[in-house]
Amino acid sequence: MACGLWAGKLDAYVDGELPPADERALREHLRGCASCAADSVELLQAKRAVQAAASKRFLPDAGFRARIQKTLAAPRSPRRNFNWLPALAAIAAALLAVVALSFAYNRNRVRERQLMSELADLHVATLASANPVDVVSSDRHTVKPWFQGKIPFTFNLPELAGTPFVLVGARISYLNQAPGAELIFRVRQHQISVFIFQDRAVGTVLAKERAGTELSFNVQSWSRNGLRYFVIGDASADDLEKLSSLLKSST
Amino acid sequence: MPLLDRLYNFAHWLAGNREEAEDLVEETFAKALKGFSSFQPGTNFRAWIYRILRNTFLTSRTGLKSAATVPLDSEADNDTLPATQSTPETILLERLDHQLAREALDQLPVHYREILLLCEVEEMSYQEISATLAIPAGTVMSRLSRARRALRDTAQKLQRS
Repeated sequence: MACGLWAGKLDAYVDGELPPADERALREHLRGCASCAADSVELLQAKRAVQAAASKRFLPDAGFRARIQKTLAAPRSPRRNFNWLPALAAIAAALLAVVALSFAYNRNRVRERQLMSELADLHVATLASANPVDVVSSDRHTVKPWFQGKIPFTFNLPELAGTPFVLVGARISYLNQAPGAELIFRVRQHQISVFIFQDRAVGTVLAKERAGTELSFNVQSWSRNGLRYFVIGDASADDLEKLSSLLKSST
Repeated sequence: MPLLDRLYNFAHWLAGNREEAEDLVEETFAKALKGFSSFQPGTNFRAWIYRILRNTFLTSRTGLKSAATVPLDSEADNDTLPATQSTPETILLERLDHQLAREALDQLPVHYREILLLCEVEEMSYQEISATLAIPAGTVMSRLSRARRALRDTAQKLQRS
């Protein structure tokens, strides 16, 4: 598709509103088109600038806050049936709870996106690195002990004999300043990274089990025994699923 | 009480001063409580309450004035906008500091300002914005695009002067 047709979609792209197929196609286009790439970066920067400049720009003062709380809690007319009071308070509380939840959900969605794109970055960085692994071994009994004393937890690796997966090696990785393990597997020509971090390094933004795509990479993630696993790569969702269940069965 | 803070911030950006922002928020809560039966469960609550606030603003003195002085652009035509060219001038938004961004936002016509706030600050989806502003989803996209361009142009003018 020519630039002219994409230009009208850049806004929807930076807002995360393009249908998945369009988003993939546009990403592909951005890789080869400096002008559209620059435009989308500019849009994103402007978006952030407005966000930073306009969020929490004006705050209600304490007196006004108290007044509103009174409006919400008090019955609108004192002559009304007394039962109004708890009813109104309940409605007000429900309103606030619903809104608080939806805001929290929205914030979580943004954080989740940030987290997933950071993992995608880590995976891409490994692919691009001249020394993708710190310990080169296809033997799980070599790789696992290598992590001793380097990360504050331990994990089990599955037996891969009879499966299409090959362990290439491993390295230390960091997420939110916490160390974790990155294991690199190969299936046919595809490289897959498996990240293992402590739950608390990841926070509570992710559902217990999650599957999806990030930058067109397939991602699977789950949490078990206080550890958060991420499986990410350009292999098929099917392959990722298989590797994930192997890992799950060994934990 | 995150809702109050957010509604207040939005109201202040629309109305432009503390007094009117307070009145707007107060009236919004009063209307919301009174009309809670008109809220359909399962629909978007946030869009509903922002819509009340925004409609309250539009019928206020300031709101009527700002709507009257702003010619509505023709949004029916879904013309494809020409690609922006990144020149050193347009990349200035990269360094768009708070002060400049605020001034530019302040100077925008209210229908551009509100859609930018809903999208960037409230992080609403196009669907939510469409429900809040009662405009079709396609218009959300074209208006946002125009609003962003207007913001950029305004910031450039401000910086030059």
